[in-house]
Amino acid sequence: MAKFTKKKDGDLPAVSTASLPDIVFMLLFFFMTVTTMKDSSLMVENTLPNASEVKKLEKKDRVIYIYVGVPTQEYQKVFGSEPKIQLNDKFANVDEVGTFILAERAKKPQELQNVLTTALKVDKNANMGLITDIKQELRKVNALKVNYTTYEGDAFNNLQ
Amino acid sequence: MPRRKGAPEVNAGSMADIAFLLLIFFLVTTTIETDAGLDRMLPPIEPPDTDVIIKQKNIFTVNINKNGQLLVEDNLMNLKDLRKAAMGFLENNADGTCTYCKGKKEQSSSDNPTKAIISLKNDRETKYSTYITVQNELVGAYNDLRNRESQRLYGRDFTKMEAEYLNPETPSSVRDDLKDKVKRIQDMFPQKLSEAETSTN
Repeated sequence: MAKFTKKKDGDLPAVSTASLPDIVFMLLFFFMTVTTMKDSSLMVENTLPNASEVKKLEKKDRVIYIYVGVPTQEYQKVFGSEPKIQLNDKFANVDEVGTFILAERAKKPQELQNVLTTALKVDKNANMGLITDIKQELRKVNALKVNYTTYEGDAFNNLQ
Repeated sequence: MPRRKGAPEVNAGSMADIAFLLLIFFLVTTTIETDAGLDRMLPPIEPPDTDVIIKQKNIFTVNINKNGQLLVEDNLMNLKDLRKAAMGFLENNADGTCTYCKGKKEQSSSDNPTKAIISLKNDRETKYSTYITVQNELVGAYNDLRNRESQRLYGRDFTKMEAEYLNPETPSSVRDDLKDKVKRIQDMFPQKLSEAETSTN
């Protein structure tokens, strides 16, 4: 009995939280290093297809992004449920792609203007018709280097 | 005055709170970027000045219809067989000028890898995922052939060499060395993948 009573009146030793900051800092640094700030919020569904023969897109400053997909839930009432193009922060029509590319190209430094890549981030359920139209627009403004952005994985997973 | 046992402990209790605050901020703003994909060049819009005459046998036509079925050289084909068929076409070597090819030398197929062209057509209603899978297989056919030759000549994969060559962190001495190797393999199997305008019917 004595044993029990002894424990009761003695204070519980506090758990040392001294190492908690260290753990949290570790996590913090991990996220800080892998973080890239989003420059535009996605307004379209964007599940990319898989591909195995991918190349890494180096040098982020040389890339112009075009997003394609079905508008997300909150925008569906206004913009319908057909795949749309998103340029920066707004929806756009196919014929605006050319001017967008030219405007983005003008913003880049002179020496980069000829080596820009257009990254097409297209939802896997989109139809090729829209993509073909975009490709045609890109050809018109001579933005010939494209990158179909994908996840790395087995390409045959796309078909299921 | 006698010193006390040691320096008084700094209260670090709130450090965790501050760190958590930062952590949560970065957690919320994080998007782990998907920055890989299939690189392609689009054809220039103005037609070339001189018409190039290409023999029909040097063109490997791949058609995708709206249901995602493949028509390869006028035959229905399963997507899984596409890579093999494309590789067979590319290194067919009908005129015998390609010394490193292991093709069947069929007269009805391509003359040599530098002349072989793959033409990809798709319907407007083809799903993007199917299109990417086909693109992936065709690029894969080129990569497989290039890897094979690269293994034979340099003992390592072409795709790895190219990735190292394109990586900006690679020291320039290594890169100069890789440049010639990459170029040589690329010239062995030049990637000629034409994307014609979509058929509407």
